[in-house]
Amino acid sequence: MNGEISAILAMDGIASGAIYVLIGLGLVLIFAVTRVIFVPFGDIAAFTALTLASLENGARPGTIGLVVALAVLATAAEGIALVRARALARLPRALLFYLILPLVPAAAVWWLAGAALSMPSRIGLGLALVLPIAPLLDRIVFRPIADASVLLLLTVAVALHFALSGLGLMFFGPEGVRTKPLTDVVFEVAGLVVNGQTLLVVAAAIVFSGLLFLFFEFTLQGKALRATAINRTGARLVGIRPAATGTMAYLLGSLLAGISGVLIAPVTTIFYDSGFLIGLKAFVGAIIGAMTSYPGTALGAVLVGLLESFTSFWLSPYKEVLVFSLLIPVLLWRSLSFATVDEEEAEE
Amino acid sequence: MKSSMAAAVVAVSLGLAGTAQAQITVGFVTSQSGPASSIGVLYDKGMKAAVEYATTVGNEKVKLIQLDDTSDPSTATRNARKLIEENKVDVLIGTATAASSNAMVAVANELKVPLLTISPITVAPSDTGERWAICIPQPPGLMVKVVVDRMKRDGMKNFAYIGFVDAWGDLVYNGAQKPAEADGLKILTNERYSRTDTSVMGQVLKMLTTKPDAVLLGGAATQGALPALTLAERGYKGALYGTPGLLNTDFIRVGGKAVEGVQVSAGPVIVAEQLPDDHFSKKISMAFRDAYQKANGAPPTDGFSAYSFDSWLIFIDAAKRATAKAKPGTPEFRVALKNAIFETNELVGTHAIYTFKPSDSYGVDERSLVLVRLKDGQWKYQP
Repeated sequence: MNGEISAILAMDGIASGAIYVLIGLGLVLIFAVTRVIFVPFGDIAAFTALTLASLENGARPGTIGLVVALAVLATAAEGIALVRARALARLPRALLFYLILPLVPAAAVWWLAGAALSMPSRIGLGLALVLPIAPLLDRIVFRPIADASVLLLLTVAVALHFALSGLGLMFFGPEGVRTKPLTDVVFEVAGLVVNGQTLLVVAAAIVFSGLLFLFFEFTLQGKALRATAINRTGARLVGIRPAATGTMAYLLGSLLAGISGVLIAPVTTIFYDSGFLIGLKAFVGAIIGAMTSYPGTALGAVLVGLLESFTSFWLSPYKEVLVFSLLIPVLLWRSLSFATVDEEEAEE
Repeated sequence: MKSSMAAAVVAVSLGLAGTAQAQITVGFVTSQSGPASSIGVLYDKGMKAAVEYATTVGNEKVKLIQLDDTSDPSTATRNARKLIEENKVDVLIGTATAASSNAMVAVANELKVPLLTISPITVAPSDTGERWAICIPQPPGLMVKVVVDRMKRDGMKNFAYIGFVDAWGDLVYNGAQKPAEADGLKILTNERYSRTDTSVMGQVLKMLTTKPDAVLLGGAATQGALPALTLAERGYKGALYGTPGLLNTDFIRVGGKAVEGVQVSAGPVIVAEQLPDDHFSKKISMAFRDAYQKANGAPPTDGFSAYSFDSWLIFIDAAKRATAKAKPGTPEFRVALKNAIFETNELVGTHAIYTFKPSDSYGVDERSLVLVRLKDGQWKYQP
């Protein structure tokens, strides 16, 4: 092991860490606002990659079917809820949000798939198509049990992941895909070869962390999200609708998952079920950030990436074991130093 | 329901529906649905080719009953029982996954029916020490051994290993150890990665620091190409070797230029038309191709379907000897057929020359594997 190797490993670690940062931030965002540990997050990232690959090959991505099915289910759920509440006046609005808006990108992709599209338009279409998935899942699955315990929400999220990966197999098939690189640019810094792709991933992670920071600090929407995160009941008292902020959080989360999917697709082969392990590693990063702190999550995610990269050099058969064993000291340290407040109990 | 319909169609299409007496009944189980169906369907197509090729043993007609195990071992068990107890089959052939094949072996041992497995598994003998099952495919250890031997012939002194961190990765690594020692080759690394990994940079750097003459790839299918891609990225120019796990169009698609020149072991049927005329597999493999084309409307592109075909050849050959000793449909015939299968001697198939002995379930030797090299996206025979 010499300086050059450690530098390459560090770079590789930071590149995969940056992907975990994006997913970790999304996980924390959704957890903070809705108390749901959104296990299917990685699946959405994988679906984005698969969607892009289909578009690149000029095929209609299976995601269209998924989005349409989810939109119909969500509309039905919302419609029934409104009819029961005798609030028929809100029906057109529900139709717009749950049926028409998600169907617009689906229809667009349906028409445009097969045409020769430029890379940016493929990415734009792919992201637009994936964007409604998390909010729709929220409406169908999590909204009816929004006030349940964290444990129940987690259990449901795990079940949802299995359902989604089953659907993924159905819509995308068992074979893996890899898209064309976003950029072929190669830099040479102090004798080290740096891929443009790596820089892009790191830049995306920094930009989106920064945007999230600005959003939460300086916009009313962001402040409402934070308020809901801190205290649901209190937020409702001052006129914030937790359901709406939840949808907002899921939208942002979907976007983050989509972007990490776009960035990861050219780097490795993605299968319909690849997302889970990526999500799980991001989750380790989020736990290092105690599921609440964005900078902590970002640091934790980079740490996971670095650890993974260096253990794959030293002791590759035990890489996964070491990465997940990291949880034990972190959890010990967390529970010893912050043993005071259990959020769950404080709320009830 | 669907599968019994299929069975009926097969029976009718063979024109055998009415001839109840003195016909040999074969029960065939494969995975036509579920996760293993991508391979299971190939086995099915191979069997269709086999039936196209031959349906009689001497004067006896052969009836094939086919069931789908849905890639599930418990369904495979049920199917095997049903075939034996209700359909009174004389011999079983199956199936696509190792777990389901093992499940069928248990039934075959218990109910004393010969079984020809088309997955490479380690067959357990029955409680009495008798073997009722044989394995058609090449054992994984042999697949690796011929590759290691070829490395020696190519003048390699050492090689680095990288494979999946699962049972397949272990099989390849363990299979490489003994021949490497015998050939005086040094295994420099035992690096592992998982199918879902996004990067193998660490493993590849470690391998490159050992300056290997060659790299042995212990992955399979699409993700088998990942180390080759990273190796190319780091400027590795040495030789690449692999196992039949890489005989896959997605491996070629994803690997592109990086996997050009990789050498893997393969059953000779894979490169049938490139084989020299005096190669044992040439004639029978071309016959298999014709039958496959007739039965399925397209030429075969895989090695799996040929295992079904070879199992049929072994069965027909053994049944010829067994019909002289007992009447089909009786327990005596099953015993005679089992004994006849274990008397198979130098039977030429598409993959191998088969010789079975009661002490072992595998009946192939090194002639069952040839080396092929990937050139311009095509596998080329390397004598």
